[in-house]
Amino acid sequence: MKALVSVKRVVDYNVRIQVKSDGTGVVTDGVKHSMNPFDEIAMEEAVRLKEKGKVTEIVAVTIGGDKNEETLRTALAFGADRAIHIKEAGEVQPLTAAKAFAAVLKKEGAQLFIAGKQAIDDDANQTGQMVAALLDIAQATFASKVEVEGNKAIVTREVDAGLETLEVDLPAVITADLRLNEPRYLKLPDIMKAKKKPVETVSFADLGVTPAAGLKTTKTVPPPSRSKGIVVKTVDELVSALKAKGLV
Amino acid sequence: MSKILVIAEHAEGKLNASVSKTLAVAEKIGGETHVAVLAADGAAVAAEAAKLAGVAKVLVVNNAANAQPTSAVLAPQIVELAKQGYTHVLFPGTTFGKDLAPRVAAKLDVQQVSDIMAVHGASSFDRPTYAGNAITTVEAPAGTVVATVRLASFNAVAQTGSAAVETVSVSAALPTHTRFVKLEAQKSERPDLQSAAKVVSGGRALGSSENFKVVYALADKIGAGVGASRAAVDSGYVPNDMQVGQTGKIIAPELYIAVGISGAIQHLAGIKDARTIVAINKDPEAPIFEVADFGLVGDLFQVLPEMTAKL
Repeated sequence: MKALVSVKRVVDYNVRIQVKSDGTGVVTDGVKHSMNPFDEIAMEEAVRLKEKGKVTEIVAVTIGGDKNEETLRTALAFGADRAIHIKEAGEVQPLTAAKAFAAVLKKEGAQLFIAGKQAIDDDANQTGQMVAALLDIAQATFASKVEVEGNKAIVTREVDAGLETLEVDLPAVITADLRLNEPRYLKLPDIMKAKKKPVETVSFADLGVTPAAGLKTTKTVPPPSRSKGIVVKTVDELVSALKAKGLV
Repeated sequence: MSKILVIAEHAEGKLNASVSKTLAVAEKIGGETHVAVLAADGAAVAAEAAKLAGVAKVLVVNNAANAQPTSAVLAPQIVELAKQGYTHVLFPGTTFGKDLAPRVAAKLDVQQVSDIMAVHGASSFDRPTYAGNAITTVEAPAGTVVATVRLASFNAVAQTGSAAVETVSVSAALPTHTRFVKLEAQKSERPDLQSAAKVVSGGRALGSSENFKVVYALADKIGAGVGASRAAVDSGYVPNDMQVGQTGKIIAPELYIAVGISGAIQHLAGIKDARTIVAINKDPEAPIFEVADFGLVGDLFQVLPEMTAKL
């Protein structure tokens, strides 16, 4: 069975982002980028399913400008067999991304679409669900455990109340939560090998996708800053400070 | 005028507290607001929803297939309801809403607005991006506005309503490709993390699940909910549903006490709106002190018992 894994290039999770003073967005030029952490987990899960013999081929897919090829090479170093680069220089919002991924999923006849549960830049948490909706297939979001048996998957999901288990028929969409696995460190030989793996470039037009009307961003500002507080020396001081504010 | 549909989250015949906060957003948008209860038997939940201020009507869709709500089954029914002239479909920003709303939005062929934190108009909203380090004002395009609500940004509406309850039927074909197996819920007597006025959270420095008892003791003394950092959850000290942060729960209590938590960007994303933040950490350089209103540098195993005794 074939698995399709979507990966996104985002500002690295350790970067303290800076909002542009003219309110048009955040500074991304010259800032360290890497694969969205949730997508690394999605890739790792696909590779583990392949190592268990449940998946025969892993296809990594991304949407974005030229620099996204780096992200695809990372996916290939993880163990993807080949990659598809949907080239689009501008901003792509979740519904449009989902339409493109759904088209690729259909074209490839993949039985699993594994994605991260959210990208750490737009924090939308939408794309996987939208892919499932567009294709009328099952979704198991926020997965912390995945078992594939024949033509179905048993997925444990992280929900507010605890852990929920669903059984879904394939094809299905699974979105990865942080606790699904621990992504492996990429070894140099794998990174070298990844350079030789095939990357196919396609456009929205090739996939028959018309971008959906998007949300228009009118302004981006930093959050209100918290003023620096005081450091107390003793527990007594802390307790009286909290009592003075009526908090305890 | 806007016509707003709020999707009710509920479990075991009880309305989830998140619905009331979602109604606060409907109130700010302005218009006629209906609450949809999809259940096997929604009577009790509908009666609770009818009491919430600003609700004009409660729509109940009873169907045995809704007994254990999965998005695959709920979405087609909500899409059918939404097409009856609604301008907005709002979901609480819980795992329930986050799982379901995009499925509805895609079926209605509209982009979704995630985590509304402020309302500027019927189609203009603020939402957090980059783990809450940027606030983006977005304008939704023409068509139905499908959105989730960031619960930490709104207060629950009053319980002064008396809306009519109407049972409706929808004819949507429901898929069978998704089956509920089980829910392993964490039972706790402590206040719910997302609505608690006070929260005490522990981090990696606790060192073990056994040591977490010093956090529970302080929390119980002041009637607080208990949270945790990702490190504490990953180390197995506490279950995952206690995680506070970008990928866990976003909370805004009156008092947040962070114990042995360094204060990574991803954790701060979940607590930035707390009214008063207290940090107890032995590392004076920990980033948590940059946002704390009161900081105490010290060993939590000495500080916490002493504090619990003195409160």
